[in-house]
Amino acid sequence: MNKPLRRVAIFCGLLVLALLVRINWVQFVQADELKNDPNNRRVAIERYGTPRGDIIVDGKPVTGSTVTGSGDFKYKRTYTNGKMWAPVTGYASQAFDANQLEKLNDSILTGTDDKLFFSRTVDMLTGGKQEGGNVVTTLSTKAQKAAFEGLGDKKGAVAAINPETGAILALASAPSYDPSTFAGMSDKDSKAYNALLKQNNPDDPTLNRALRQTYPPGSTFKVVTASAALENGLYTDIDAKTRSPLPWTLPDTAGQPLNNEGDLPCENASLREALRVSCNSVFGKISADLGNKTMKAEAEKFGFNNAKVDTPVRASESVYPEDNRPQNAMAGIGQASNRATPLQMAMVTAAIANGGKLMQPYMVDKLVAPNLNVVQQHTPKEMSKPLSPENAQKIQDMMETVVEKGTGTTAQIDGVKVGGKTGTAQHGANNKDNPYAWFISYAKTGKGTPVAVAVVIEGSDTLRGDIAGGKLSAPIAKSVMEAVLSDKK
Amino acid sequence: MSSSTTNTTTIGTIGAPSRRNTELAMLVFAVLIPVFAYINVGLAKDHTVPAGVLGYGLGLGLLAGVTHLVVRKWAPYADPLMLPIATLLNGLGLIFIWRLDQEPTLGKAMAPNQLMWSTLGVALFLGILIFLKDHRVLQRYTYISMVVALVLLIAPMFFPGVNGAKIWITIPGLGSLQPGEFAKIIIAIFFAGYLMVKRDALALASRRFMGLYLPRGRDLGPILVIWALSLMILVFETDLGTSLLFFGLFVVMLYVATERTSWIVFGLLLSAGGAVAVATFESHVQERVHNWLNPLATLNGGVTETAQAMYAFGSGGILGSGLGQGYSRLILGIAPKSDYILATVGEEIGLAGLMAVLLLYGLLIERGIRTALAARDPFGKLLAVGLSGAFALQVFVVAGGVTGLIPLTGMTMPFLAQGGSSVIANWALVAILLRISDTARRPAPAPAPSTDAEMTQVVRP
Repeated sequence: MNKPLRRVAIFCGLLVLALLVRINWVQFVQADELKNDPNNRRVAIERYGTPRGDIIVDGKPVTGSTVTGSGDFKYKRTYTNGKMWAPVTGYASQAFDANQLEKLNDSILTGTDDKLFFSRTVDMLTGGKQEGGNVVTTLSTKAQKAAFEGLGDKKGAVAAINPETGAILALASAPSYDPSTFAGMSDKDSKAYNALLKQNNPDDPTLNRALRQTYPPGSTFKVVTASAALENGLYTDIDAKTRSPLPWTLPDTAGQPLNNEGDLPCENASLREALRVSCNSVFGKISADLGNKTMKAEAEKFGFNNAKVDTPVRASESVYPEDNRPQNAMAGIGQASNRATPLQMAMVTAAIANGGKLMQPYMVDKLVAPNLNVVQQHTPKEMSKPLSPENAQKIQDMMETVVEKGTGTTAQIDGVKVGGKTGTAQHGANNKDNPYAWFISYAKTGKGTPVAVAVVIEGSDTLRGDIAGGKLSAPIAKSVMEAVLSDKK
Repeated sequence: MSSSTTNTTTIGTIGAPSRRNTELAMLVFAVLIPVFAYINVGLAKDHTVPAGVLGYGLGLGLLAGVTHLVVRKWAPYADPLMLPIATLLNGLGLIFIWRLDQEPTLGKAMAPNQLMWSTLGVALFLGILIFLKDHRVLQRYTYISMVVALVLLIAPMFFPGVNGAKIWITIPGLGSLQPGEFAKIIIAIFFAGYLMVKRDALALASRRFMGLYLPRGRDLGPILVIWALSLMILVFETDLGTSLLFFGLFVVMLYVATERTSWIVFGLLLSAGGAVAVATFESHVQERVHNWLNPLATLNGGVTETAQAMYAFGSGGILGSGLGQGYSRLILGIAPKSDYILATVGEEIGLAGLMAVLLLYGLLIERGIRTALAARDPFGKLLAVGLSGAFALQVFVVAGGVTGLIPLTGMTMPFLAQGGSSVIANWALVAILLRISDTARRPAPAPAPSTDAEMTQVVRP
């Protein structure tokens, strides 16, 4: 009987071994995944068990924590001027999880990040409470304020970048929401949250339009088309005549002309002149001459068709489409299936303003431990080189002409060289919806180019003729640029 | 077979040390560890040493001391490890239940009751050791055991189910009883007695077919009856665990008795067939299987108990959150203190602690099988392996279910989990194993001097 007994002993040993292997799998291999599962309430309990670290702008926190005094969660998030900063911070709610910077830096803010290992160990040894670290952003309070107030009750977004580093200076979206209203988990919080959801609020206030909404870029895209023309040697002199008949018909169509906005002097206009008055026919033809592949390649150098533009909050993918010839010509003037986020157009402007070098956009400068030690610091990185310095200089010249005596005169700032481009993008079936008003610009001082900005306004009920980017968007861009310039002084 | 019982006994029979002092030393640890755990929980929850610690420590110490003295007197050669392991597991179980009592959301306190049941269990343990002088006495009750076991197994069918499983006998005013826990021991006695008599018939009267020994049709009878009974338990009491336990126990004992691998094959085929058949029409079983395959799926937007248990294990990680510092109160559902207590263990003392606890179970099981190996009589062997096997299957079924290795079944972790029937029955189980091991290790009476041994006679051809 002993032989089967020994086998039974081995079998029972195997049963226990199977259990041991299983718990190692659950508690070691899968542990992190289970520990951080959003449905695991411990995540929220920990997140709100201690005062959360803060998100800092210009040395001052825009977030805070307050004691709730009831339930599982000891602390609740508060926001200073939440509506203005929501597109930057995102929200952290006891009931509705978190998003954007609050979510991405959750482990730092909560104090559980491995990067805080040292200070956590000290806490553990000294019996101190676990504290959260802070997230220091690159934003400028003044610029953000200018952008937010400029948008007012209009629908739209602003993105401003420092072209030299890629640091994001302003990121505004309107209409916005105040994340404090649903930071807790009471019925009131749920009500506030539900009222903001898209199905209950057609304005979709929780949508971060600066990063997460794509629009047809309209005429602002012409600077990309001009860059493609210069980079590929289609034209070299911006003041020489181009081969541009008027009217110009779209290729592969039965004589369908690409119209200009009104009776513009676009026949064989030079690049400078064509950009100044915003000739559709000239840039449509450039796009057609270069072909879809070349246009797409240039747009991609500016950051289009890149699904991973992480600031670290991921921006939606801006798209320069692969398309047939007439559609490609339309895409060259920012129509057809061409789509860009406000951040993307700010990146385009920044690359041109920075001598052709596109810097990786970012909004977290550093992460600091509770004891103020820097645990992670961003170093500016070059993303790509869409333009040679000479060609970038030429585009700058053209854009400065636009502001000096073209469609963008409303963005002029005394004593500062401003380059810009307006855009009015049609959308909707047969263009019956109100168009989007765009403006992109940069400001240059003797010391450098500290700011590039892109503004888009969704034309609500403004009159069509009134909507051109120069009228609605350029003043906002101007005040954002002024805010940044005054910061630098 | 007679050769195997006499010659392959690996424990020397002459002059074996009784190991009682080893047991005493281990018992000291088995008492101290839960006492420190108790203090730990109190410090973590209220920053004070809990008031009950002295009473608890003295009580547990007293129980351990008395059991030790009784073992020393009435079973001096018994296995030295089983008693300390059972004490430690029972003590830790009490601490974990008390710890969960500190969570107001989990209902009324269970630890005082559990302490009472544990004391009763220990009393039964002592009674068995004192009054059961020889385990072979149990052999006389083979068929009575069968009747009692059947009654115990079938009885819950006539009582209302709790949480989908009919495993309880409810006596109004007195409380409820989980007869399956006792049936486990009694049916092991029946199997041991029955198989000891029938083993030769089952083992030898068979035909060889494709490398397997096929038993005769009439010998297949008993296994089919047990199989049908297990299925009935599964269908009518919707109790996957008990059904698996009894069938598994029978197959293991049959295999040990007959040394025929073919029984294992038959057993596996029958249990697989039965399981599939029942799973196809029993929604309760289907639900369990579904939860097992999708542990993290939400139900009506809520987090299921299965998922909560997984989160508890995952959040515990390697070292655990520390006693009293976990969030196992989130496992709100039916049984955080009984079926799911392992989740609290896993969360609060981590992978390291849970592995230690499982190894304690493993050790107890292997000591039980060791006893079976050492036993000199076939009935003792069969009974010891039956009891250890049942214990092993139960641990596997519960722990495997809670950790998501196999579908969850409604059974309790021996000694650790809250539940009176379980703790009493398992103390009785350990007592019988100790009795068998005492008999097995007791020095045999000195053999009568043989004339042959005294002088070697040289015989020349």
